Amino acid sequence: MASFSHKDLLGIEPLSVEDVNLILDTAATLKEVSARAVKKVPTLRGKTVINLFFEASTRTRSSFELAEKRLSADILNFSASTSSVTKGETLLDTAYTLESMAPDIIVIRHESAGAPHLLSRVCHSNIINAGDGMHEHPTQALLDALTIRTVKGHLDGLKLAIIGDISHSRVARSDTILFNKMGMDVWVCGPPTLIPWDFHKLGARITAHIEEALEGADIVMMLRLQNERQNEAFIPSTREYYNLYGLRRERMRLAKKDTIVMHPGPVNRGVEIDSDVADAGYSVILNQVANGVAIRMAILYLLSGNAGLRPKRTAR
Amino acid sequence: MQLILRQGRIVDPSQKLNKVADVGIEEGRIVEIAARIRKKGRKEIDARGLTVFPGFIDMHVHLREPGREDSETIESGTNAAARGGFTAVACMPNTQPVNDSKAVTSFILEKASEVSKIAVYPVGAITKGSEGKILAEIGDMFRAGIVAVSDDGHPVQDSQVMRRAMEYSRLFDLPVIDHCEDRNLSAGGVMNEGYYSTLLGLRGINPAAEEVQVVRDTILARQTGAHVHIAHISTRRSLEAVVRARKHDKISVTCEATPHHLLLTEADVCSYDTNMKMYPPLRSREDVDALAQGIASGDIDVIATDHAPHNINQKMLEFDRAPFGVIGLETAVGLICDRFVRTGIITLERMAQLFCSNPARILRLQRGTLAKGSWADITVLDMERKYEVRPEEFASRSRNTPFAGWKLRGGPAMTIVKGKVVWSL
Repeated sequence: MASFSHKDLLGIEPLSVEDVNLILDTAATLKEVSARAVKKVPTLRGKTVINLFFEASTRTRSSFELAEKRLSADILNFSASTSSVTKGETLLDTAYTLESMAPDIIVIRHESAGAPHLLSRVCHSNIINAGDGMHEHPTQALLDALTIRTVKGHLDGLKLAIIGDISHSRVARSDTILFNKMGMDVWVCGPPTLIPWDFHKLGARITAHIEEALEGADIVMMLRLQNERQNEAFIPSTREYYNLYGLRRERMRLAKKDTIVMHPGPVNRGVEIDSDVADAGYSVILNQVANGVAIRMAILYLLSGNAGLRPKRTAR
Repeated sequence: MQLILRQGRIVDPSQKLNKVADVGIEEGRIVEIAARIRKKGRKEIDARGLTVFPGFIDMHVHLREPGREDSETIESGTNAAARGGFTAVACMPNTQPVNDSKAVTSFILEKASEVSKIAVYPVGAITKGSEGKILAEIGDMFRAGIVAVSDDGHPVQDSQVMRRAMEYSRLFDLPVIDHCEDRNLSAGGVMNEGYYSTLLGLRGINPAAEEVQVVRDTILARQTGAHVHIAHISTRRSLEAVVRARKHDKISVTCEATPHHLLLTEADVCSYDTNMKMYPPLRSREDVDALAQGIASGDIDVIATDHAPHNINQKMLEFDRAPFGVIGLETAVGLICDRFVRTGIITLERMAQLFCSNPARILRLQRGTLAKGSWADITVLDMERKYEVRPEEFASRSRNTPFAGWKLRGGPAMTIVKGKVVWSL
């Protein structure tokens, strides 16, 4: 078996195709644990994992927690709203404090892009990026890959249409980078105000027209549109957005017959996606959630073998 | 004689000098430049192998005093300047309180006369509190000693206010220095908008935020006849607008560039190192190449540092939360020696224009020349010295440099102000 040579999981960008396949294979194996009557293996017994969440999160956080528990890790949950952060403590001081408790792995979700990289520079622990600002959300992209691979049997050659607010989406970035790496035909679609500059250089084809994106798509990935975007002059109204970019049943006819619909959640019914599409047979939104636990177990497992990879503390 | 510098290479474009000679100084002023001065000096300096320039002037620094003495003081900032080869600095008004009154201007000058070994020239605010609404008492500050006006860091958004400021500044023949930034276009941005902001998930600053203000300023300068100086120019299109205004429309507009905008690109932000965060942001390779071209051709008048000290606690934050700005006083001259002079992109004469005669001309200072009778402000460089940039050795109170660890050849060897050696290796 190939080995995983990274100390941290900061993003999809640094991963090779072999790394991705190793993670997906490991996750596929670990999925079986969640099907057992006793959903626990002793893999991380005696290891401490800190979940450091500076941003509200329900699904990612519960998914990580469940993955950690199923691997028998000891868990410390740290949320910014109830901590010294509200008293003005900086991220680095928080990191030093936590680091002195000798954790093995730190999972971090933060609203600033690059926050996990800052931790990685000063911490001995393995760092897992659970979403940093508009930058990356690598475990989400990996669970998307596992979901697609499970349903379609492979990734290469498939057409993926990512539709919605690309600018503010870390999922769009991680997915695009990952699926381009894995040989898929990645399309992103949204109003020109919500497509960042030079996004095509990440390996995607860009269109402003949903019909073009959906045409022959094997996978349709819808992104959440935040309501405040209409107040920031990105779009005139959610009503007009729905008319132009909402995933409605009749639009689904453009996609392949065996297409699947995905959404990283939380779903904004009636804005980016209609209920009858979100709940239809081709929707794999709930499979994504189930695969999330397996992917996070795989990451925790693979990184925990690499604790001593980079034992340095860089003074800046 | 008080002091004689023996046998250095004298480079002074104001006298078309580039030759090995002796420089004689008496009562703080240059009294003689000759192949060999026969008289004895009370102090003599062997300058063989060294290059002797009129004193370098950094026309864009932040000394942080009053208000943020944790990051820099007039004393530490001017010590850093002396160590970096500068004999004079112009300090921007965004202190706390803002230098928008005679009282603050006088405070800075009095403090400088007590603690500074080099000359300090305050820049006054354009508007009260740099709030962009009401003109500051520019006449009062002019009498107290300001050499320019600027709302650097809080640029005037209202074009009518900017027009009035330009009209009014003509009364005192003061240049208007503008940090060009349309705050609506730049809102929320932390790095240059482009491929790298997309890749890094950081909010972008559209280069147009600078360019539209540069164009606005050239149009207003033509109307008002004011002298506009564009601070820290950073894009190809901004430079093109300045060149067009100056060459075709004969408008009195000048500009400066910083060493970091000449030597780093947006790709350097990839590590999320907050020492790569400044305003204007690091730009594309294309922009950087255009600026280097502008330095070589003379389209860019001045190299200034925009020395912006922030103490380490302020900078050791998430990238989008850290303040904008990097220090530059102790690295600028060495970087330009190594990357521009030694590589043959510019001559020693051009270096002298960028660092002395042009800033002196723009700010109307009686400096920037070694002509007989002028103050003996002298920057001595050793073009051969090899060293590494070590922030821990800086005289500045701050360490926020993007150049830590750079290996350079050529840099300051001695700084002389009014005939007194204020710093030497």
